[in-house]
Amino acid sequence: MIMELHTEPGIGQLKRISASIRGRSLRMVHRARAGHPGGDLSSTDILATLYFAVLRGDEQRQMAPGRDRFVMSKGHCSGALYSTLAAAGYFPEELLDTYMQPLSPLNGHPDRNKVPGVEANTGPLGHGLPIATGMALAARITGASWRTFVLTGDGELQEGSNWEAAMTAAHHGLDNLTLIVDRNRIQQGAPTEETVRLEPLADRWRAFGWAVEEVDGHNHAALLDVFARVPFQPGKPNCIIAHTHKGQGVSFMMDRAEWHHKVPSDEQLAAALRELEA
Amino acid sequence: MTAQERLYDCRVAFAQTLENAAAADPRIVAVVNDSVGSSNMGGFRKKFPNRLINVGIAEQNMVGVGAGLANGGLIPFVCGASCFLTGRAMEQVKVDLAYSRSNVKLCGMSSGLAYGALGATHHSIEDLAWTRVLPNLTVIVPADPAETEAAVRAAIALEGPVFLRLSRMGVPALPCPEPFALGKAARLRDGRDVTLIANGTLVHVALKAAELLAAEGIDARVLNMATLRPLDRQAIVAAAEETRAIVTAEEHSTLGGLGSAVAEVVTETCPVPVRRIGVPETFSPTGSTSFLFEHFGFTPTSLRQAALDVIARKR
Repeated sequence: MIMELHTEPGIGQLKRISASIRGRSLRMVHRARAGHPGGDLSSTDILATLYFAVLRGDEQRQMAPGRDRFVMSKGHCSGALYSTLAAAGYFPEELLDTYMQPLSPLNGHPDRNKVPGVEANTGPLGHGLPIATGMALAARITGASWRTFVLTGDGELQEGSNWEAAMTAAHHGLDNLTLIVDRNRIQQGAPTEETVRLEPLADRWRAFGWAVEEVDGHNHAALLDVFARVPFQPGKPNCIIAHTHKGQGVSFMMDRAEWHHKVPSDEQLAAALRELEA
Repeated sequence: MTAQERLYDCRVAFAQTLENAAAADPRIVAVVNDSVGSSNMGGFRKKFPNRLINVGIAEQNMVGVGAGLANGGLIPFVCGASCFLTGRAMEQVKVDLAYSRSNVKLCGMSSGLAYGALGATHHSIEDLAWTRVLPNLTVIVPADPAETEAAVRAAIALEGPVFLRLSRMGVPALPCPEPFALGKAARLRDGRDVTLIANGTLVHVALKAAELLAAEGIDARVLNMATLRPLDRQAIVAAAEETRAIVTAEEHSTLGGLGSAVAEVVTETCPVPVRRIGVPETFSPTGSTSFLFEHFGFTPTSLRQAALDVIARKR
């Protein structure tokens, strides 16, 4: 499914693309017998909106120097990222069938030297925001107009390196940098607020000098609207807290911590795909 | 060390070379962790204020920022005290630079025992062990100002991650029979009885040890192994085959650095006696750098004795 790349998709189209990406991600995890389906499903609508309506400058999908950058800091959700990149035309969809198979370019965590469209090697958490900060600084130093977007998990924000980068980005006034937090409220084994509390999350980002917006991370219209409004305040980096649900789109996976890295059975996959196609 | 010998702080050559290169190449930028002074980057900041990024005291962030700058088409020189730059940010060095093949030049300043009496927290005698095992990462330990300049230029010319391990300790200018070549050991002195293989601040010490040995009729080869990765295996094998005894010397732990690298090659190809001079599996006692050099035997007399020992063990 390679979409028309030069036309603005409507909301209905983004919904269809997102459902297709969700189905693809789950089939990949099922086939590989490994992966992180809960986070794949929570981040899908954000990824689809970015790649089909927000990111500019790489319409030929050849990593043009002037492209907007997107860093998938939550690299464990590679199923959603690879499905999105294939749907957006960075590589053939057939490649997704090789996910985590021996010698496949599609490692469990993304490798920019093997997978077209991947900007940064991630997997260990807390790496994406510093890298994205460097990208935004590069655009600033070279006077380029491309923008940088980075998606982190919420549990990931427990890594201190994020807050080092938060200070650097704010100090340098990087309003060309946009962080999206996939706020599904569940980390590997338990809710974030029971593990190590993140709230008041928006206030924390504001205190670090960022302009913050909160949005329903599954509402494509709301996502389009918030992305259209960056930079929110000149001279401040942007933080979008996207409220999401782990396992979104599949009733029996939704908001359930065990689906962080559980693999669906044949029956569960079939049931999930029926729900997504409904 | 004679009183007349002029000593150089290689950070000066590093900074001058970088400033000259940056004047010609707008892609070159510098990233520091509140280390403008200790990295000798004051001149760079004055000349290129928009190309010197101070990320504050935040090494993990600093290395990640370097990877992002490289993604944006720049050539960042990421500079900080080697102990913090490598130890604190090791996962970023592994993932954001080596695994990602990012075009970032990591500059570990004041490495080894340079911080002397500040103590073991500030010594960087593990950095070569940590960086040497990373695929894609080129590791260079220059020995004098000319080699520092050549290493900086080689790092710029190379597309990919580089770790430059620099010192603040005064070193003399070396005789330079052949220009610096990345991945090639420089044979500073030929010999057939024993080979002394050193890098960085221990190269001139090895040369002086060879002079002591020559006075006793012992003919020592001296190799400056400035590139630790990729390693010049050929030069090591030739030394083992032709001189049958090897001493290594480095301002680093005896584990994991140059001595280990040489021993790995020797045992696999041509087993001969090897002695490794370095910090022997201990955190340093309190003392100045020169005290610690004496304490750990980073001296011509100590290298001479090690050479006599391996020669005695020859079969």
